[in-house]
Amino acid sequence: MIDFGYNINADRQIDYDRNDRRLARYILEHEPTFRICISCGTCTATCSAGNFTYLNLREMIVLIKRGEAKNIKSDIEKCMLCGKCQLACPRGVNTRNIILTINRAIERLDF
Amino acid sequence: MKDLTFDFFVVPFALALIALLGILAVKYSGWIRGFSSEDKNLMRKGIFSVKSLYALKEVFTESLLHRKMFKRNILLGYMHMSFAFGWFLLILTGNIESRIYSRVHINPPYYPIFLKYFVHDKRVLTFELTSVPGIFRFLMDLILFMLLSGLVLALIKRARSNWFGLKRTTRHTVFDRTAITALWLIFPLRLLAESFTAGQYLGGGFLTNNLGRLFANFLPVEYLSYPTWWAYSIMLGIFFITLPYSRFMHIPTEVLLIFLRNWGIKPSKGSSNISEIEVYSCPRCGVCLDACPVYAVKQNSTPPVYFLQTVRNNKIKENVTFDCLLCGKCQEYCPIGIHNNALRISQRAAFFNNSNGSFDYLPQPLIRKADVAYFAGCMSHLTPSIKKSMLSVFTKAGIDYNFLDADGSICCGRPLIMAGKEKQARLLREHNRNLIIGSSCKVLVTSCPICNKVFKEDYNLNIEVLHHTQYLLRLVEEGKLNMVKSARKVVYHDPCELGRGSGIYEEPRILISKIAELIPGANERTDSICCGGSLGNTEISSGKRHEIKNLAIESLLINQPEIIVTACPLCKKTLQNDTEIQVADISEIVVGALAKNEPATTHQKMEINPVLW
Ligand code: SF4
Ligand code: SF4
Ligand code: SF4
Ligand code: SF4
Ligand code: SF4
Repeated sequence: MIDFGYNINADRQIDYDRNDRRLARYILEHEPTFRICISCGTCTATCSAGNFTYLNLREMIVLIKRGEAKNIKSDIEKCMLCGKCQLACPRGVNTRNIILTINRAIERLDF
Repeated sequence: MKDLTFDFFVVPFALALIALLGILAVKYSGWIRGFSSEDKNLMRKGIFSVKSLYALKEVFTESLLHRKMFKRNILLGYMHMSFAFGWFLLILTGNIESRIYSRVHINPPYYPIFLKYFVHDKRVLTFELTSVPGIFRFLMDLILFMLLSGLVLALIKRARSNWFGLKRTTRHTVFDRTAITALWLIFPLRLLAESFTAGQYLGGGFLTNNLGRLFANFLPVEYLSYPTWWAYSIMLGIFFITLPYSRFMHIPTEVLLIFLRNWGIKPSKGSSNISEIEVYSCPRCGVCLDACPVYAVKQNSTPPVYFLQTVRNNKIKENVTFDCLLCGKCQEYCPIGIHNNALRISQRAAFFNNSNGSFDYLPQPLIRKADVAYFAGCMSHLTPSIKKSMLSVFTKAGIDYNFLDADGSICCGRPLIMAGKEKQARLLREHNRNLIIGSSCKVLVTSCPICNKVFKEDYNLNIEVLHHTQYLLRLVEEGKLNMVKSARKVVYHDPCELGRGSGIYEEPRILISKIAELIPGANERTDSICCGGSLGNTEISSGKRHEIKNLAIESLLINQPEIIVTACPLCKKTLQNDTEIQVADISEIVVGALAKNEPATTHQKMEINPVLW
């Protein structure tokens, strides 16, 4: 085939039926404010651990909702639970409890 | 005199007493056997030392006289004292009295308790206080009267708890209710039994004799007295049998706790048996209910009285365990001095089995050596004016300092501890410890009370750790800072971790008084209300946090201050969003007071934005 400099991207469709949404359901059940995050990223901007690593709470929340959180375990371990994200969040998302709930879910749902 | 020393009605009492002693022996020896060898050593050394005398004194003032309850409210104190001290006196005096009548020195244990059934001494006239038996009869009736007055108060408390300084009272379990009904019936039954017997044979003291004679006029006392003695014995039996399963388990356990504490045994990290003994020492008096800000906003199962119950019954609920600010106010109120925060934290740890964490991503910076190390902490990084004020003070006072976490906030680890993740916290501690030790500082200054507490208690640093309130006061007293006092009215909010957590109440007040006019709020010092922002609570909704914050603000504004000053970055951030008036950290007002004296450079003015006087 002649290379015109274009190619077809791999399929990026999110298949909610196939994704593992157990974690999202578990968090919603235990911390309802998980629902009201608007992905503004303020939490990530202020994150103590994010200053040194690629810990990104905003992204994590999005991926969990989609059921695509793959590195969740190693990411979440880096959190210092310092609470800056929670204080900065404009929506009043209980981020520390989301993190603790993820911790528990990892143990209980066997991620 | 009837020479009779046994009757079958003593059986229910005697059996229940034996059962009770058996249960207690099994429980207590189990706890003590489970002590660490360190604690056992402390016990061995303590038993025959002067510490046991102090313990005895404390048992007398607290378990019997209820000194702390008296301090909280006279009626409440008297009610508890009349039951505890009254019953104690009844047993003690009764035993002495029974010696007077019995010819042998060792009596069966029931003998003094049912003495008036076995002995009706007609030789002594009722009010004859000149003879020894007469004096004892009088005394015994007086003590019974005291107990009954306590009972009347207990009944009144049901309807009018606010007279007793309690806005709310506790919900009780079935065992509690059975035990308390038995307890409340014991003394009226004793009064009746003794009165009927006195009516039948004459004798008795001023109370029982007169009542007895009165009853004899219209009641067949000779038929009533025997069944009443039975009822009295059965009631005692019911009380003893239900005691280990009810709130009244606190009576014997509290005594054990006082001795153990005096011998130096404390709850350690990761719980211990002394924590379990504390759990059983809670009488569910409910004093902590009124203290708890979370309870005040209708989160009903948070206060220790209910939390401890879940621990005791092994029915711990995750959300209840985490729905507590760890503000420590309940601890200050608790007459037993139960370490509720330590208990709660150790229970939280039970919810994480293998939570690992690794902070090896943290860089090891090159540390410049200096006299003073400053650790701002995450929360001060979030409230930059505090951190900048401190740096400005260091510069103005000419201090050789090193800003340890200048390159980004590294948490001190206390929030992790509060969440029950001690293992992870230890890793952060190691990192910070290297930083601090590496700086070779003599003084470590923190702006956040949370960091301050953890550095002092858990880091084992061997250097002086000061919160900036203390450090600033020291600089002022050493004449390194010149400040101008203004006439503005300031109210001070005691941060929980600084006040109740670390006992720092006076330094901030002295410092503020040097800068402005300090006026009181409604809840000062140990009584202050948490701002609601606490990192201790991971469950609470932001709505409830908001309500708690409003309680705190309301209490601060009572005397119409012009400015609220606090000494915690988290408090500042939490309070400032909801008040009309200005909220400032103590370091900011110090800089404000300096600014007039030696005007800050334009650059500093822009950056620090000091509180304008
Ligand atoms: S609590 Fe965790 S996620 Fe939030 S700011 Fe701190 S380190 Fe980052
Ligand atoms: S700051 Fe709050 S709303 Fe914004 S992304 Fe983070 S959690 Fe979501
Ligand atoms: S915890 Fe303390 S204040 Fe609360 S009920 Fe028990 S003894 Fe009373
Ligand atoms: S620590 Fe504070 S919030 Fe927790 S139970 Fe005690 S008073 Fe209530
Ligand atoms: S922020 Fe202040 S008042 Fe609020 S919990 Fe912390 S120490 Fe207590």
